[in-house]
Amino acid sequence: MRFFEFEAREVIKRAGIPVTEYGFTTDPAEARTIAERIGGPTVIKSQVLTGGRMKAGGVKFADTPEEAESHARDILALEIGGHMPRGVLVDPKAEVEQEYYAGVVWDGTRKQPVMIFSPVGGIDIEQVAEEQPEAVGRRHFSNILPFSEFQAKEVIASTGVTGSALNKLVPILTRLARLFVENDMVLAEINPLGRLADGSFVALDAHMDIENEARGRNAKLLKDLGVGDEETRQAREATEFELAGEAVDGMSHRGVAGNVTEFDGNLGLVIGAGGGSLTLFDAVRAHGGKPANYCEIGGNPDVAKTAGLAKLVLQKPGVDKIAVMMSIVSNTRVDIVARGVIKACLDLGFDPAEKIAIFRIPGAWEEEGFKILEHYGVEYADRSVSLNEAARRAVEKIQGVAA
Amino acid sequence: MSILVDADTTFIVQGITGREAVNLTRECLDYGAGAKIVGGVTPGRKGRDVHGVPVFDTVAQAVEHHGAPIKGSVVTVPPAFTKDAMFEAIENGVELIVIVTERIPRGDVAQMVELATMRGARIIGPNCLGIIVPDVIKMGGIGGPAKDAAKSYSPGPVGVISRSGGMTTEMSSTLTAAGLGQSTAVSIGGDAIIGSSYAELMPLFDADEQTQAIVIYTEPGGRMEAQLAEYVHDSGSKLPIVAFMAGRFMDEMPGMSFGHAGTIVEGKEDTATEKIARLAEAGITVAERIEDIPGLVREKLGVAV
Repeated sequence: MRFFEFEAREVIKRAGIPVTEYGFTTDPAEARTIAERIGGPTVIKSQVLTGGRMKAGGVKFADTPEEAESHARDILALEIGGHMPRGVLVDPKAEVEQEYYAGVVWDGTRKQPVMIFSPVGGIDIEQVAEEQPEAVGRRHFSNILPFSEFQAKEVIASTGVTGSALNKLVPILTRLARLFVENDMVLAEINPLGRLADGSFVALDAHMDIENEARGRNAKLLKDLGVGDEETRQAREATEFELAGEAVDGMSHRGVAGNVTEFDGNLGLVIGAGGGSLTLFDAVRAHGGKPANYCEIGGNPDVAKTAGLAKLVLQKPGVDKIAVMMSIVSNTRVDIVARGVIKACLDLGFDPAEKIAIFRIPGAWEEEGFKILEHYGVEYADRSVSLNEAARRAVEKIQGVAA
Repeated sequence: MSILVDADTTFIVQGITGREAVNLTRECLDYGAGAKIVGGVTPGRKGRDVHGVPVFDTVAQAVEHHGAPIKGSVVTVPPAFTKDAMFEAIENGVELIVIVTERIPRGDVAQMVELATMRGARIIGPNCLGIIVPDVIKMGGIGGPAKDAAKSYSPGPVGVISRSGGMTTEMSSTLTAAGLGQSTAVSIGGDAIIGSSYAELMPLFDADEQTQAIVIYTEPGGRMEAQLAEYVHDSGSKLPIVAFMAGRFMDEMPGMSFGHAGTIVEGKEDTATEKIARLAEAGITVAERIEDIPGLVREKLGVAV
């Protein structure tokens, strides 16, 4: 889960890394008060979880508190890339001598975190790596041994930085590496890290991304930052349909019938499991089908939960039929999914034979499942029909409906 | 032969008294020659048994009871306890650990992998279904109950490696139906950091006489496919590889996570398009559809099979 800049700055501040005397607010009048307190030129920055805010007009410079207030008002009303800002950050306009880059990310191949440093900051680190590879230092560090300062020193020194800058940067990078590990980050980046006229360093912007799976054990940090449990902060905000999907999945702890993502087609999908759903979604599209949604069933959800998911999809405006398809199941039971989707049709007053374009789930308890489907006249297929062929048949049926 | 496990492999199940673990134990005991599950561990449950497998409080007790080193462990404890369980297994001499548990923070996974590397042990998973050698042994929930696993898996020349547990079975079933059996099928897990990637399992398949071709299932996210391409290039591996790439639609939806925790397009390298190009450059054939895989494998093997 990504943090807003104001949260990321708070995280690095807590770790003992110097930050500017910024303020966060959702109120233009308060932006003025903060600018007054700062007492000089300020930068007003939109707090959105999307790139390109500078280009979009989400970052503005103010010479006076009045100007800060007026910029804050504009920025708070400015949508950027489909996101409304959470607030604005009012930041002193620092007199920076040089901008640096400091970051820690995971290397999934080496299976260790890697520290990245560059004396060329303020721009995308990938661009620096491409254009001036000698200006980027990298070093992997152990998951088991405690991070030691010399490791930061080596990375910094490898880029040619020496003198007092080197000595001042070492504790900053060390703290960044430690906060990355301690707070289960998947990205911790300070860019730019500014060197001021007096030689001191200060973080001017920060990006942090915390591992979703570790939110529980970082509950205190998230609470302190005011991050709600319900905030998922995906690349786009969850739709009502998707939130309803989450509610269905939350009906019981047993199994998964969720990960619902909305699309605008007419073929509802009740599909699984992880890999099967990806394969099936591709297959439906390859045959010219228009999915109404993506979802995943797995881990043997009960009849009620499966029915809940199927009902949600069946009731989605524009959905004519549903296709119930999974890769061969081993612990999810075919008969339970069959009962669930038939119950959903019956509860809504639909004929299962009409509404279910195809049921293709082979595997555990398939004989029992197929018997039920036969009873209701639903077209079903066993493992001799490929995922691709099942998707083709479903698309064919729904296109017959459309025509 | 096979890789990783064979008929003589002994293992324990950590978290054996959990609902899924009880089923998994039954399935493994019933499959093939019957797995040699020499004990189970659930703290506080010493003295019980699960389908005749004795339960202990600690791995050390299980090893002592067995009276000899134990080769493997299937770990099915909740995410918050997985790292400790895995450390316990490693420090008691276990060499092969299949981690079934999902939703483990990658910091923990990375620690587990690093300790395993230090001790010369290997992790499969997390978030995986384990390993199966058709008609011989299965270690984990892979393929489900013994009678279902028997429908999908058959012995033969193809090594299968998959980021999706269900798709390991789907692809193997397709191969079986076409008369192409499997030497060993490994569900490696769908997380961003896993114990054994394609490239890390390839040397084992390369050294295995039975294996004559490899089939992999892959998804967007991470750079495991690039790593495999590098391995093929650098090692001069002779095994033909056929890959299937799911989640092509995700290229249009960067930043959105689908399927597995590690399945997300965060950069250009993560996209299905880019990965297909990497694989193709290394001479790996990318199948458009699962049902095309057996034909492509036969083509690569010539008329030998």
